[in-house]
Amino acid sequence: MSSLSAKIQDVFNEPACEKNHGKDAKARKKGCSKPLTPGAAAGGCAFDGAKIVLQPITDIAHLIHAPLACEGNSWDNRGAASSGPTLWRTSFTTDLSELDLVMGQSERKLFRAIREIKEAYAPPAIFVYSTCVTALIGDDIEAVCKRAAEKFGLPVVPINAPGFVGSKNLGNKLAGEALLDHVIGTVEPDDAGPYDINILGEFNLSGEFWLVKPLLDKLGIRVRACIPGDARYLDIASAHCARAAMMVCSTALINLARKMEERWDIPFFEGSFYGITDTSEALRQIADLLVRKGADPEILDRTEALIAEEEAIAWKKLEAYRPRLEGKRVLLNTGGVKSWSVVHALMEIGIEIVGTSVKKSTVEDKERIKQILKDENHMFESMAPRELYAMLSEHKADIMLSGGRTQFIALKAKIPWLDINQERHHPYAGYDGMVELVRQIDLAIHNPIWCQVREPAPWDCLPAVEEEMLGEEGARATVDAFKKLAGTTAGDFGEC
Amino acid sequence: MVRILPQTKSAAVNPLKSSQPLGAAFAFLGVEGAMPLFHGSQGCTSFALVLFVRHFKETIPLQTTAMDEVATILGGADHLEEAILNLKTRTNPKLIGVCTTALVETRGEDFASDIASIRAKRGGELAGTKVVLANTPDFHGAIEDGWATAVTAMIETITRSGKQARDTKKIAILPGWNLTVADIEHLRETVESFGLQAVIFPDVSGALDGTVPDRWIPTTYGGTTIDEIRELGTVAHCIAIGEHMRRPAEVLHRLTGVPYVLFQSLTGLKGVDRFASLLSAISGAAVPTKLRRRRAQLQDALLDGHFHFGGKRIAIAAEPDQLYQLATFFIGMGSDIAAAVTTTDTSKILEQVPTESVQVGDLGDLEGLAAGADLLVTHSHGRQAAERLGIPLMRIGFPIFDRLGSQHKLTILYQGTRDLIFEVANIFQANQRAPTPETLDPFRNRDMPDGLRSSLLARR
Repeated sequence: MSSLSAKIQDVFNEPACEKNHGKDAKARKKGCSKPLTPGAAAGGCAFDGAKIVLQPITDIAHLIHAPLACEGNSWDNRGAASSGPTLWRTSFTTDLSELDLVMGQSERKLFRAIREIKEAYAPPAIFVYSTCVTALIGDDIEAVCKRAAEKFGLPVVPINAPGFVGSKNLGNKLAGEALLDHVIGTVEPDDAGPYDINILGEFNLSGEFWLVKPLLDKLGIRVRACIPGDARYLDIASAHCARAAMMVCSTALINLARKMEERWDIPFFEGSFYGITDTSEALRQIADLLVRKGADPEILDRTEALIAEEEAIAWKKLEAYRPRLEGKRVLLNTGGVKSWSVVHALMEIGIEIVGTSVKKSTVEDKERIKQILKDENHMFESMAPRELYAMLSEHKADIMLSGGRTQFIALKAKIPWLDINQERHHPYAGYDGMVELVRQIDLAIHNPIWCQVREPAPWDCLPAVEEEMLGEEGARATVDAFKKLAGTTAGDFGEC
Repeated sequence: MVRILPQTKSAAVNPLKSSQPLGAAFAFLGVEGAMPLFHGSQGCTSFALVLFVRHFKETIPLQTTAMDEVATILGGADHLEEAILNLKTRTNPKLIGVCTTALVETRGEDFASDIASIRAKRGGELAGTKVVLANTPDFHGAIEDGWATAVTAMIETITRSGKQARDTKKIAILPGWNLTVADIEHLRETVESFGLQAVIFPDVSGALDGTVPDRWIPTTYGGTTIDEIRELGTVAHCIAIGEHMRRPAEVLHRLTGVPYVLFQSLTGLKGVDRFASLLSAISGAAVPTKLRRRRAQLQDALLDGHFHFGGKRIAIAAEPDQLYQLATFFIGMGSDIAAAVTTTDTSKILEQVPTESVQVGDLGDLEGLAAGADLLVTHSHGRQAAERLGIPLMRIGFPIFDRLGSQHKLTILYQGTRDLIFEVANIFQANQRAPTPETLDPFRNRDMPDGLRSSLLARR
């Protein structure tokens, strides 16, 4: 446990994190996760976070050392895509029983489980995750993994992030540490080149990285390792040979990016593939870093040419949506970098942003949002479900973009909703991804169900129904009566 | 005699189970104004919550005591108290259903006395809110056990004990977790058609049936009311559905003297006949015409459907009572059970499953045993196995996250049995393949023993 506490302290002391930079030594030690309020907490645990970061590695076996719930209630729930191996979708857990715990058999069971997996699936590596119960009873998974690795002749990597140590975000970072300690740099590739890069914190949800990779291919840039989206074990083991790195989801793997820079001199920048200007900026920065590390500067011109070409196509496609979406009000209820990069493109075609959550955003993010929105009042830290429901049912927005957690708040308020978090089914990265996002917004807002679902049942306004007998005139009166009585009718929404 | 084969592997591959606290929370969700509370780390709640949401496509009230490292070492009573008080202030529920998890159960605290002292200390603040404890460690049992434990705990804590004046026109029904929203609604209508009134407990048809309330409600907004649970002793009879509901029914009987009848399954003609006869006996009313009509429709469905079932090899993975329900259904239609996998060995019903052996295990076991079967029957997580084996999948149980409307699928009584027959027959018809010279070549099939050969035309 002491080594785990040291690790956690180390993770909290993140010099590359701006928020952290502003704190004094004492505040820094407390860490960046706010203490949870019992009875009013939401979100996953550290184990959840560690698994989210590592599970998309497609060809290894992920073994969860725990009683049933940690894996049994959570497997097969994320939409990362693989271009080949499918082993990552097979769930492995020691499913500890009462007897295992009481008799102290859990370490032995873990060892046997590793053997069974090795024999039946022969993966290139096995990742073993500790959890609350196995940490509490003091199972030494590091020792078991070490012994199993020697005995079975394959990497067995301990992921030490039991749920109770903290939040999902802490788990993300502990997963990065595990990769640094046990995986990255363990294999020397024979094909390292001057155009090799790493992409960190890209999960390839709905396969969206495949909207971006062809752009890099076209520039002759090779993705040595995308961590974790669609990654293979060997990609990650040899990731230390890349020349530059892009960090996509800043809060998740910033420690990994910084330490790879320190250890292997791989410079990184923080960027995003969401939104058009951001995608262009990311390509530019990748090319810049590669040139700084010795690549031929001619790549800069090629990059600019590609950007100009792709941007023109994307803007042209987006322009087609302007007449349908101009003046529509969007509420963004999601965290992190996603907010401002998407905001820019949406506003570019005339969409109005009536609010954005800045819960996970950095100080820099907030500055940028402020500049773009020109009104601080549109920013909110987080909103209680009740307030959110009130805001939506008063039609202060035409659509909410958020994660699955708040989905039903919008739907029950009869407001269009679009998933832009991990469970979504559409790829939104890159130039084509932005067009897809706008297309999905258009489809959601203009779906004909809205004017049906908002219409109250006719018998809920009985006097009006009687009037309906009077014919055309009456029908008009009915609609008016609805408005008076129900307050919420299709008429309020104009285009139904 | 069924052989019940224990799990011998160390690595569970593709779990079949959902955890026990999830089952308990599910039962609490069938009570009006309820807020289930997991006593554990925030991940325990988050995982269960996401799974519920994926299944029901509804907001699910579910909270956590958010045990952190310090509480894990020093004890979680403070976290439990803070959580209960916070929930009371923020959402004012009528019921807080505490479900313990593996984390706190491994520590082994005395939760009952924790709750008693919270009640003693904070009685005033908690007025109007029942706090019920279900001991549901993840390392034991599965959904079934959690559901039954929560129902038992609610009866023990809320129901008024002692013999009471009985209302001869009122009966209590204690349904197992595997009944859908549609099943519960249909059950109620059927009971009412005999002139009886039904208290169904738990009743998931209120809050989890996909309606649109006109305001934001943080707790459940439908289900059995606390008053109904308190007055369970005033019903004439109790009908429990599923072997796992025997214990709650027995506890109700012990506390109030209400007699109970247990139906292991309400799927299949004979069981439903017994159920209808019982309702007729209790009410003194004749079986209504509408129900007779449903019975005739089922008879016709049996006639039309049996062609598709005969000789088919069915591989089922489900919780014990649901395994029994489905296995007896398929056997009753002339199919064979190629594989039966279940979650735990704790249920007595396993001995009655009409098959040679039941494997306690996971979907990895199902996949291994199901080679050559004509149909896989399990929840959505079976989709990967079905894909790899090239065998169609019928989705039942929990979770079903890749199909809509699972809550509105009827599976019991005459009508539900009829619908099941049609569903299965349609799956078989949709997967039928035209005969080819190769599949029919007498020499090609000769080296395969008859028992392993699946229906020639049904599959590739």
